Amino acid sequence: MAAAVELRDLTKRFGDFVAVGGITLDVQAGEIFGFLGANGAGKSTTIRMMCGLLRPSGGSARVLGIDVAKDPEGVKRSIGYMSQRFSLYEDLTAQQNIRFFGGVYGLHGPEAREREQWAIEMTGLRGQEHRLTRELPGGWRQKLALACAVLHRPRVVFLDEPTSGVDPLSRRRFWALIDEMAASGVTVFVTTHYLDEAEYCHRLALIHAGRLAALGGVAELKQVFAGHAVLEVECPHPADALDTLSDAAWAREVAIFGTRLHVVVEDAERGAQQVQEALAATGNTPAQVARIVPSLEDVFIHHVEEAEAQKAAAARR
Amino acid sequence: MRTLWHVIVKELLQLRRDHKMLPLIFVAPVLQIVAFGYAVNTEVRDVPMVLVDQDRSPGSRDLVDRFVSSGYFTLVATEDTPRAIDPWLVSGRGHVALVIGPGYGAAREGGPQAGVQMIADGSDSSAATQALGYAAAIVNAADQERVRERVRLALAGGDVTPPGRIQLVPRVYYNADLKSRWFYVPAVLAMILMIMTMLLSAMAVVREKEIGTLEQLMVTPVAPWQLLVGKLAPFAAIGTLQVFLVTGVTTLWFGVPLRGSFLLLLGITQLFLLNTLGLGLLVSTLVRNQQQAMMAAAFLVMIPMIYLSGLIFPIENMPRVIQTVTYAIPLRYYSNVIRGIFLKGAGMETLWRESIVLALMGTGLLAIASLRFRKRLD
Ligand SMILES: Nc1ncnc2c1ncn2[C@@H]1O[C@H](COP(=O)(O)OP(=O)(O)OP(=O)(O)O)[C@@H](O)[C@H]1O
Ligand SMILES: [Mg+2]
Repeated sequence: MAAAVELRDLTKRFGDFVAVGGITLDVQAGEIFGFLGANGAGKSTTIRMMCGLLRPSGGSARVLGIDVAKDPEGVKRSIGYMSQRFSLYEDLTAQQNIRFFGGVYGLHGPEAREREQWAIEMTGLRGQEHRLTRELPGGWRQKLALACAVLHRPRVVFLDEPTSGVDPLSRRRFWALIDEMAASGVTVFVTTHYLDEAEYCHRLALIHAGRLAALGGVAELKQVFAGHAVLEVECPHPADALDTLSDAAWAREVAIFGTRLHVVVEDAERGAQQVQEALAATGNTPAQVARIVPSLEDVFIHHVEEAEAQKAAAARR
Repeated sequence: MRTLWHVIVKELLQLRRDHKMLPLIFVAPVLQIVAFGYAVNTEVRDVPMVLVDQDRSPGSRDLVDRFVSSGYFTLVATEDTPRAIDPWLVSGRGHVALVIGPGYGAAREGGPQAGVQMIADGSDSSAATQALGYAAAIVNAADQERVRERVRLALAGGDVTPPGRIQLVPRVYYNADLKSRWFYVPAVLAMILMIMTMLLSAMAVVREKEIGTLEQLMVTPVAPWQLLVGKLAPFAAIGTLQVFLVTGVTTLWFGVPLRGSFLLLLGITQLFLLNTLGLGLLVSTLVRNQQQAMMAAAFLVMIPMIYLSGLIFPIENMPRVIQTVTYAIPLRYYSNVIRGIFLKGAGMETLWRESIVLALMGTGLLAIASLRFRKRLD
């Protein structure tokens, strides 16, 4: 089966600035594909190229076999897109928004009515459909935007940070909807910078400064720590500890997570002892050093640091 | 077609929801035309006049009577010497002074030449010019009667002294009393229409750009023309309603005659609206946000257009180069059309040229604007 989305060396430059620097990946039909990256990493730019909104500066993007550079309108007909900014008409009611978007997607007659009912059910807006969209709580508004983006039953859906600014419970419900869609065979390409959300995705791409830093399933990505241990260190002065441990050759990676430090070492027991000694020597004796299961965030930081190191090495050469 | 309809319905729903916009659209034109109708009243009446009658003859008293009864002048003071006039003019209590030199009465009876002098405060030059014009007319009228009288006397007496002189009597057509209100009030219609429809359309696209819905619309199969026509059609309808409203106020309130066909006015208005909507849309595609759209529409397009259209300043008085530029201004043609239909009862046989120009310019502008509008972000 052909991939739903195929990116080959996809590149976007704004003047001299490279926003997306050659991304190659495939997304399979029915997959929930997560696109992770920090602010400004190039997530929205990539999505906009795939939706035919931006013309790629290089490489190619095919969606359902259609080349977005050659036939952007063809792509638009077969996809659903939810942009990063909330993009329904806030001065229209929920129902008026549903009808308008259904209309411009070419729905009419019984099908239009059926999809309208479906959208109201799916968003849980029954009884609220005549309220102005601007008066709806954030979680509902996002669900309504999703419903409006998929009224025409697209086979591929692009969601750009669909859950930003939404409370955790609503986020969970939103992801349940995404799961349902994927189960019915729709391919979902979703960007986020909430790492916890990535756990909902079948596969992930980590992108950093416009480049692919890692690609794979969650478990697969965590594999990078196979043969290593991640230690969590609690100490009085985490910032000082970061300096101390960064200089130590046996600490492969050190990063601050809130008030704690994560340190990657080769052997858990020996590493814990080394951390204890090194910090005690600077009067920063840790209260606790414990081995933890690496989180996606550790994976992410690992890849970002690796990418940075590669870039620095390339610059030196 | 169905898609177009959905866009129109959506625009109408949004307009109806906008509780501030609706009254503005219909109350503002009425307010503007009423304010304008009274404010631009440039007719000069009841000009305060100081009199210095050095003649004190029946003839001079007759002349003063003519001045006062004309309605254009009000006698505020009588002085003995011309030197006493200054304080009146300086203080502004008098705007003009009439000085009748000694011997005026005698001159009317056939004596030697005598002078009548009119002194006007030129700081308001147009009012002064008008006052002088009226004064000249009054003096001439008095003079003419004298000539006619003498001819009659001469004929009766068999004396064949040739009559005094022939005078050029200017006659103004169409707006015989030169009522400035008649001239200006219909023109307000052109301005209101332009301001309203152009601002609305300049905001239309950029507003969706700003709130982010345009990006969403760009991924739908809606065609650019459907989106643009759907957005503009309601504004054309609003403009048409305003023609009814403003024509009503103009004719019923201000008593300006509508001598030509109202249907023709409505028809050519549609052609004019192609221009204003096209220009608005063009602005909309060139700017980033609503403030920029406002500023660009007002200062780069509308105000220059009003100045150069002949609506306020006569085109004949402009330098040659500028006169040439005015041919590119749609408002110029439309103001001709409006004044023609209202005041002269002009029909298609004289307005066809304006209609063709408006139609061509309008479609051109709309075409350029829609070509600039792409369903892309870059
Ligand atoms: N039209 C544009 N012109 C110039 N630079 C742009 C343009 N659009 C985006 N950029 C730049 O490209 C980079 C990537 O932007 P993009 O919006 O794709 O990031 P993102 O990963 O979506 O970030 P965020 O999480 O903030 O949404 C940013 O540095 C941004 O400033
Ligand atoms: Mg983004």
